[in-house]
Amino acid sequence: MPENNVNSKISPIVSIADVYQAFGKNRVIKGISLDVAKGEVICLIGPSGSGKSTLLRCINGLIPIDAGSIKVKDMEVHDPKLDKLELRKMVGMVFQQYNLFPHKTALENIMMAPIHVLKQDAKEIKERAYDLMKKVRLEGKEDEYPGELSGGQQQRVAIARSLAMNPEVMLFDEVTAALDPETVKEVLITIRDLAEEGMTCLLVTHEMGFAKELADHMYFTENGVIVEHGPPKEFFESPKDPRTQEFLGQIL
Amino acid sequence: MFKRKIKKFKIPLNPKHELAVLLSSRSSLDPAPLKDQKGRQPILARLRKVHLVWLISIFSVSAFAAEVTGGVDQPSLIKTIFLWTPFLLKGFGFNLLISFISMAIGTLLGAVLGVFQISLFLPVRLSSKILTQFFRNSPWLVLLFYCMFMLPFEITIGGFIIPFPDWIKAVIGLSLPVMANVSEIIRGAINSIPSGQWESAESLAFTRRQQIWLIILPQCYKRMLPPWMNLYSILTMATVLASIVGVEEVMSLAGQVLAADGRPELLVPIYSFVLAWFFIYCYPIAKLTLRLEKKYALKT
Repeated sequence: MPENNVNSKISPIVSIADVYQAFGKNRVIKGISLDVAKGEVICLIGPSGSGKSTLLRCINGLIPIDAGSIKVKDMEVHDPKLDKLELRKMVGMVFQQYNLFPHKTALENIMMAPIHVLKQDAKEIKERAYDLMKKVRLEGKEDEYPGELSGGQQQRVAIARSLAMNPEVMLFDEVTAALDPETVKEVLITIRDLAEEGMTCLLVTHEMGFAKELADHMYFTENGVIVEHGPPKEFFESPKDPRTQEFLGQIL
Repeated sequence: MFKRKIKKFKIPLNPKHELAVLLSSRSSLDPAPLKDQKGRQPILARLRKVHLVWLISIFSVSAFAAEVTGGVDQPSLIKTIFLWTPFLLKGFGFNLLISFISMAIGTLLGAVLGVFQISLFLPVRLSSKILTQFFRNSPWLVLLFYCMFMLPFEITIGGFIIPFPDWIKAVIGLSLPVMANVSEIIRGAINSIPSGQWESAESLAFTRRQQIWLIILPQCYKRMLPPWMNLYSILTMATVLASIVGVEEVMSLAGQVLAADGRPELLVPIYSFVLAWFFIYCYPIAKLTLRLEKKYALKT
């Protein structure tokens, strides 16, 4: 099993080692290892069904793994004794379908978790929520319900909602896949801002141009294994594995 | 040919919904007029205005017949009915009281049972499922009889004697199926919430309890209201079952009126008179339910 230590600095913030996962008989992840250093941006690409989204969900414990280990900072994610809430405070996740709470306004969506989970002071949270709305360039939309916002706007609220927990790692699961082409850009700009601020990001994406520009390291997965990985320049310009070549040929 | 065309129609359902009894007879996506409903009537038919027309015609025909067959020496039919109205209304009020209390008890218990049905703890989930299915699939009358004969007429707790009159037993008997149906309404509504809502709530570090109370259930209320109201009107109409087990509600009083007057020709007019009250009470509820269903169907 090759170790993917090319990019890992002294102590990785996310460390995935030889992970296996299956839904019943359907084996989704068949031995994936990768390390993510603090502040790094990792992009996972690959055909659908190759286990990318599942891997992200394993990192914050939404899906249990069958073998291997996933470590976030010093927490062993699939240790049954682990306080999952502590893990999820540290790892934020944004979904393809936004999944905003439709019965709450944009601002309330952002404030809910800090109020009920972190139990912080409401006034302070409100200020922070306004700041976050500004950060995702949605000033003035605070009191609108998700149903009144466009897809891109909803997705940015979802990013702000996740950021309100002050996570150290952000997981993005095909966050632009459900969006209109015009609104994809505004979401990508938000993610780029975040990455430039030094947030550790793991992205599953089909936006190759974006990945090329932003990623520190690319991973190509197929059939539950990492077929090829490397810095974006090499990865896109001279892919070695024929499967990567074929996939990139189809997409680019 | 027309009929065959209609049969092809399927009521668009969320496959996760399993509220067979409580479905609307008209789907919100289908603006077809009411008369096109043949062939896809659900188990429960909704009250319609045309029912009132039938009622009135039955009432007038039978009243006329009673007028003709009745002797000259007897007071007129309208007068007789008018005389008995306060007496009958008292019984009807009792029906409504039974329906209110049964609905309240059934809703409270059903809410607990419904949430238990999605418990992560297998024994709780399983037992609440069995309980729900048992009471949902038993005839209401049988449950009523059970309560009548299984419950004692009084309970003694530490020297205090708490009487258990028949009508309270009837309330308990009726609240059991209501409980089971409410439980299913809640389970169905919870299942109709997209799984992404659970996922995002979980990834925001909400506890399971917070996920249910802060995120999932608040989205369910709107979806639950129409079937819940529908259930209430079914319950109201079912309260007359209590007459069979001897509770003095409107049906048994109507029977007493007939017995007292000894005029068999009054039978149809009096019963249609009582029927009309139920119609007048339940029809607006059915109408409002439909309107709410349409309104909520537009947004999700």
